[in-house]
Amino acid sequence: MRRNLVLGGTLTALFALLALLSFVWTPHDVTALDIGGKLAPSSAEHWLGTDHFGRDMASMLMVGARISIAVALAAVGFGMALGVPLGLLAAARRGGLVDEVVMRGNDLVFAFPSLVIAILITAVFGPSVWNAILAIGIFNTPVFARVTRGAALSLWTLDYILAARVAGKGMLRISAEHILPNIANLLVVQATIQFAVGIIIEAGLSYVGLGAQPPTPSWGRMLAESQTMISFAPTLALYPGLAIVTMVLGLNLLGDGLRDALDPRMQRVRA
Amino acid sequence: MTRYLLTRFASLFATLLAASLVIFALLEVVPGDVAAVMLGLNAAPEAVAALRDQLGLDAPLVTRYVTWITGFFTGDLGTSYTYRVPVAELIAARLWVSLPLAIYALALSTVIAIPIGLIAAMRAGRPADSAIMGVTQLGIAVPNFWFAMFLVLIFAIQLRWFPAGGFSGWDKGLWEGLRSLTLPALALAVQQASIMARVTRSATLETLDQDYIRTARAKGLSRTQTVLRHALRNAMIPVLTILGLQFSFLLAGAIIIENVFYLPGLGRLIFQAITQNDLIVVKSVVMLLVFAIVLVNFVVDLAYAAVDPRLRARA
Repeated sequence: MRRNLVLGGTLTALFALLALLSFVWTPHDVTALDIGGKLAPSSAEHWLGTDHFGRDMASMLMVGARISIAVALAAVGFGMALGVPLGLLAAARRGGLVDEVVMRGNDLVFAFPSLVIAILITAVFGPSVWNAILAIGIFNTPVFARVTRGAALSLWTLDYILAARVAGKGMLRISAEHILPNIANLLVVQATIQFAVGIIIEAGLSYVGLGAQPPTPSWGRMLAESQTMISFAPTLALYPGLAIVTMVLGLNLLGDGLRDALDPRMQRVRA
Repeated sequence: MTRYLLTRFASLFATLLAASLVIFALLEVVPGDVAAVMLGLNAAPEAVAALRDQLGLDAPLVTRYVTWITGFFTGDLGTSYTYRVPVAELIAARLWVSLPLAIYALALSTVIAIPIGLIAAMRAGRPADSAIMGVTQLGIAVPNFWFAMFLVLIFAIQLRWFPAGGFSGWDKGLWEGLRSLTLPALALAVQQASIMARVTRSATLETLDQDYIRTARAKGLSRTQTVLRHALRNAMIPVLTILGLQFSFLLAGAIIIENVFYLPGLGRLIFQAITQNDLIVVKSVVMLLVFAIVLVNFVVDLAYAAVDPRLRARA
């Protein structure tokens, strides 16, 4: 099943390239308003038409990809930086106080959906992109802690870890030198999944006004602005949504593909 | 079983206590003077002082926390600054929209997901299975509020089968109420159903490998009978777990979906409260959402133990 890997990888790379390209080139200037040319249909000049301010949709989508990808990636980084060490520590001290604290902390964070975290942060500090990253990052943390702990626990029972302990290595060194490299595959797959989840959550946050603020174009905000015009200009809502779906689908396929490619046992189960 | 119940109760209590402390700290301690935040920058000092007095902000933190949390369980949550009505009344009215919406969506997704998942498992590897897996893969990637917008365009604006938004209220009859909740519930259900169908498929496939399934087949049961009588029951355990986990996504989704359809539920209430800095309302609505999530997962845990005796023994 290399099909998932290739298709998912291609879609993901395509969006990443479009987002990067938007820093140096877009078909049109996204800040240029042209009220006379508003709501234009697709043409050679404007590939995906223009919005209600006459801005080029294709350019807006390219720039919007930046925010989605940056927020989701940063949130994955946040979740891994906090969750993976906590998971490793909990597994190393299995059944101990640290393990208990980490697991109860996980339960606590799981009780707060990312949107509710974002609501809490926004109520106190006001809406911004940073709050969106923080909210999704906090949401990601227990996911990574749990995956790390679960995988690390099964490794701790293996003989080569016992050998490392006999050789006099400490818990931290074993975690870093032997456990972490062996669960890296799993973490890469989980990171891909959380990346996809992050894209959807970010779009939702921007849609309700808790994410990227005007004038930064983002897919979620484009959807929010298009809502009142959907009866006469449905493409304004169609394209940003399709961008989200395609990007998330690509990442999910990539995650499935990576899991199959990195773990030969999965292929046997699937067949 | 008693021991299991006790440990589960203790952890339920601990999680709720910690969650309430986090919410209280964020909304009452971090902002500094809550009254000043609520009234904005240009407020007169006398007005701020009056609000401080009304909200009881001069009392020690511990007293304020205890007052809030006992009020949470007795229904006295103070008065909303912007609505000028008791917060408990506000929440109760909105709950009659949000709760039916969540239950409707959950029911829809279960009704869609389980048959689809079973069909995929029974046709594993064949075209029907590939088609279902493809559609559910897509269903997971579709943001529910975007899907909702197109449901409105097609079924409300063009076909006029359902209202495009707003809520008729339950006093006009069950049917009218359900009609205004159908499109929102459908929008919420698609993602949940996709995830649940995939879990049902893989859980059923796993049980189909078991020896007791071969025994059931050997004694003459048809494939369908085997699946319905033996595989489905055992496959329900992982499906039940996912159901509990999905509930929190469902609640979060409902908050956004209510805004798409202008439904007067808790989600709309919380956003209005945020834009008006009504922290009193935000605090209690968030606590209620978290309380619901923790409670549902607790119930799922208990149901899980009732279905699978091994879990009771382990705890």
